[in-house]
This record gives sequence, C-alpha cells and structure tokens, in this order.
Amino acid sequence: MKKDWTPLALVPVIALVALPLVGSAPTWVTLTVAGLAMGMMIFMMASGLTLVFGLMDVLNFAHGVFISVGAYGAATVLTRMSRQMEAEGLASDLSAMIPAVLAAIALAAFLGWFFERVLIRPVYGDHLKQILITMGGLIVFEQLIHVVWGPDIIPLPRPGTITGSFIVGEAAIERYRVAAVVVGLAVFAAMWLVLNRTRIGLLVRAGVENPEMVESLGYRIRRLFVGVFVAGSGLAGLGGAMWAMYQEQVNAQMGAQVLVMIFIVVIIGGLGSVGGCFLGALLVGLLANYTGYLAPKLALGSNILLMVLVLLWRPRGLYPIGKA
Amino acid sequence: MPEPMLAIAGVNTHIGQYHILQGVDFEVPRGGLTMLLGRNGAGKTTCLRTIMGLWRASAGSIRVDGHDITRAATPDVAQLGVAYVPENMGIFAGLTVEENLRLAARAGEPDASRLEWIWRLFPAMKTFWHGLAGNLSGGQKQMLAIARAIVEPRRLLLVDEPTKGLAPAIIANMVEAFRELKRTDTTMLVVEQNFHFARSLGDTVAVMDSGRIVHTGRMDALAADAALQTRLLGLSLDAHQ
Ligand SMILES: Nc1ncnc2c1ncn2[C@@H]1O[C@H](COP(=O)(O)OP(=O)(O)OP(=O)(O)O)[C@@H](O)[C@H]1O
Ligand SMILES: [Mg+2]
Repeated sequence: MKKDWTPLALVPVIALVALPLVGSAPTWVTLTVAGLAMGMMIFMMASGLTLVFGLMDVLNFAHGVFISVGAYGAATVLTRMSRQMEAEGLASDLSAMIPAVLAAIALAAFLGWFFERVLIRPVYGDHLKQILITMGGLIVFEQLIHVVWGPDIIPLPRPGTITGSFIVGEAAIERYRVAAVVVGLAVFAAMWLVLNRTRIGLLVRAGVENPEMVESLGYRIRRLFVGVFVAGSGLAGLGGAMWAMYQEQVNAQMGAQVLVMIFIVVIIGGLGSVGGCFLGALLVGLLANYTGYLAPKLALGSNILLMVLVLLWRPRGLYPIGKA
Repeated sequence: MPEPMLAIAGVNTHIGQYHILQGVDFEVPRGGLTMLLGRNGAGKTTCLRTIMGLWRASAGSIRVDGHDITRAATPDVAQLGVAYVPENMGIFAGLTVEENLRLAARAGEPDASRLEWIWRLFPAMKTFWHGLAGNLSGGQKQMLAIARAIVEPRRLLLVDEPTKGLAPAIIANMVEAFRELKRTDTTMLVVEQNFHFARSLGDTVAVMDSGRIVHTGRMDALAADAALQTRLLGLSLDAHQ
C-alpha cells in the first residue's frame, strides 16, 4: 500500500492523447478547460455520495434530488436578486451569488437531513430496500419540486462578472468555467484539510475503512454518518447550483440526469475514496468534452467505456479503500 | 470473593437464523488473564463479539465491573473500558501507525509516558510511527492492534487469537508483551488456538464447544491433565507443539 501516483497520470495522458485528435490547439484548450470545469462540478455532486457509501454501505439514488433542489434554491435567490445584478461589478454580483449559493447548500443539506431520518434510517443494511426506497424518494421529490416551483424549466440569470470569455492567444476560455475550476479546487482542498487534519476527518477515514472497529473504539458511527450525509447533501446542492448556472437553466430532472455520471465517477474512484472521486470526476469531465467534440454520438458511451477499462485495470477502482 | 470483572450468564446469540451461543456461562476474575479455548467454530469469536455488542444477545446477561451491558451499544461498551482486538485485527490500513493510536486515545492524544511504554513493548511501532499501517508485516499489524487496545488504561481487554499466523519468534515476543500487560493488573480475556501460548499465560481457562462452555477452571490444572485436554480440545499437547 505505497502512495500510488500512477492513476494521477491518467489526466495528462487523456489530455495529451486528445490533442492530436482535436487538431487545433485553441479548441483543445477550450475543451480541456471545459472538461476540468465539468469535472469539478461533478466532483462536488459526487463526493458526498462516495463517503456515504463508504461509511454506512448506503446506496442513495435520491442523491439527484439534492442536486436539483440546490439548483432551484440558487435560482430562486438569483431571480429575486436580479435587480442587484444589473449594477455592474464584482461586488454587486457577489451580493447575489453568495446568498444564492448559501441557499442552495442550506436547502439541500436540510433535505439530506430529512431523507436520512425518514427514508434511509429504516433500511440500513438492506441494499434492495435502499435502492427501492431512494428511487421512490427521487420520483416523489421531483414531483414535489414541480408543485413548489412549477413544472416549467426556469431560465437562470448568470451574473455579469462570470459571463463571457477571456481570450488567451487564440483560445476562448469562458469565465464561468474558470470560476468553476477555482471553486472546485477550493472545495477539494477544504475536504482534504478536514479529512487529513482534523479528528472528525480521522474518524471518517477510519470509518470508511472499518466502521465496526470505529464503534469498538468507542465512537458513534451513526452520528458521524448523519453529519457526513448532511454535509454531502449540502455539497451536492452547491454542485447543483453551479451546474445550473453553467447550463443557465433549472429543471427538476437535472439531478437524475447527472446521476449516472456520478455513479460512474464514484465507481471509477473506488467506493469511499474522496481522492479517487476527484480524479474520476476530472477524467469523466475531460472525456465527455473531448468525445462531445470529436464524436458527439459516443459521448455517454465513452464514460461507460472508461469505467469498464478502469475496472479491468483496477477492479475496485483507482483508489480502493482497504475494507477489512 | 471480589466481584469478577466480567460475568456472563446464560447468554444466547443468534446470527440470522442460526442459534450460535446456546447458554454461555463463565466469569473472568479481576486482574487475571482468562483463556477462552475451543475447537474451530465453537463460538469463541461470537462470544467476544456479543460482549462488545457487535452481536446482540437474545437471552442471558453480561456484566462488566458490575455494569449490565447485555443490551448496550458497542460504543457504550467501549466507553465503559472494554477494548477489543478482533480476529482480523481490524487495523486501519490507510491510516498511519500514529493515526491508528491517536484514534484509539479518546483523550485526543496518547499519553507520552504510556506511549514510551508501548514503544518499549513493541519497538516496531516506534520505527514505523509515520508509516501506513497497511504496509506493516502480519506480526507488526497484530502488535499495532494490541497497542491500540492498550493506548489508554482499560478495565478489560478482549483479544481474539493474537498468535494467529505468526512465526514462533514473533509469538515469543507476544508472550513477553502479555507478561508485561499482566504486571499492570489489566484484566484480559484471550481467545487462543495455540495451547502452548495459552498455557504459558493463562491464569484461568474456559473451554467452549458447540456454543456452550464445557469446562472452567485453573489453567495450570488443565495444563497438567493431558486426558482432559484431549477430551476438551480434541488434540493432544504434542500435536500443538
Ligand atoms: N456471520 C455469521 N453468519 C452465520 N454464521 C456464523 C457467522 N459467524 C459465525 N458463524 C457461525 O458460528 C459458529 C461459531 O463461529 P465463531 O467464529 O464464533 O467460532 P470460533 O470459535 O471463533 O472459531 P475459530 O476458532 O475458527 O475462529 C460457526 O459455526 C460459524 O459458522
Ligand atoms: Mg474465531
């Protein structure tokens, strides 16, 4: 179990292989930035799910709802505050964005707490019931979103500061993508610090590996799990809000639509591994953008192919957690 | 007669549809080392897991130092001062030796002088302090698992097959460590297959078979009675080295 750097090489390898295929360097730069941005957003949406699975062996298909609800929360705030954003400048944009993002996190986290209590807790230890009840929850809550916010797709105003592009050489780089990369890196860094530099993080890492032993040392894994579940839901909400701003629209199914990709990322990374999840998300994001440009019809298939190849190479994912 | 550290009476445990422990009764005297012996599949591991609250007893009672823990949740049992070294050792492979021990120290950090003592018992723990536990050898992993259980003083230590898969030289090292532990008045319940190891450390002994206790008594008495060993354990002392 040496520190294992090989999987990290996959990101530059995929990017370099894509360069001659794409042909034009500016297009390649644009696609690469887009892929990294998409990867960061997928990471935010997926990171909670992988920890929840690792800690309590819970399969949560309703995770998509947290994404959608976060997006709606942000949309509600941004629509209300659109007047603020008419004023030019970063300060006025931030005065709308920060509340919107906080609303997304809070709403999704609250919903996560509710889900854990009402739906997940009664089905601990039973995968079939977990799949059925969380699928049911996904459908019911999508309908509830329609009841609260209406059935139509809501267009999402994006603040001026993060609209438009930088031009670097001949490549156009969307500002929003750069912002997404910055936020994604910040979230990853914060998670890394919490996991590696705090006692709670130590407990989570140990718990993902062997929950029973953590209990035998005198810690209540349930309490830890609720905390991780709520935090993971909040992150999914944040990811959802950012994803919605990226697409400049919100709909109730958006969470369910990215769920397949999220599960692929969680599996590629190794169940329970945050680092693996981050790496997997970047790979999926890059590949989706390169194939989307080169062979649009293969875009979804390419991620499934990636998963198959990764699992052939490492059957338990890129960074498997040593389950005892 | 002081109250025993651990008193188990009429304990039954079901795992799914299987009735594994079928009325287990025995006591672990305060400050001593009790060996729990028995053939493969006798229910020794199940017994330790039931004490820890990892399986729930369906009948009977378990008391630790006078506290009823029959229905207690695992963290509560641990907080009462019961430490557990499972058969698979349960070390956290992705954490360093230091992190494994820090997690076990509920005070937050291991006490410095106690740590020195542990390092003297198991010098490898000091050598590989910042190494990943998953990289340790089998014997070193077992040492880490025991070190983790004693990083703070505990009332009762439950250890499941500490010599499993270890080379003779490492077993000798382990015997020394347990001797040192006995000097600290820690009460221990140790499951063993290695009769030689059991005999050199046990004060009292309980033997299980098919989910029941079939013999309790002093270890030296059992060690001196070859016929009894054969009957209880199905193997002569010679076959056990
Ligand atoms: N999770 C489980 N599900 C079903 N049966 C189990 C389970 N765990 C143990 N058993 C059964 O319970 C019985 C006792 O098992 P246990 O592990 O307690 O024995 P043991 O005395 O520790 O054996 P060994 O010396 O091989 O470790 C065995 O028949 C075993 O098959
Ligand atoms: Mg056993």
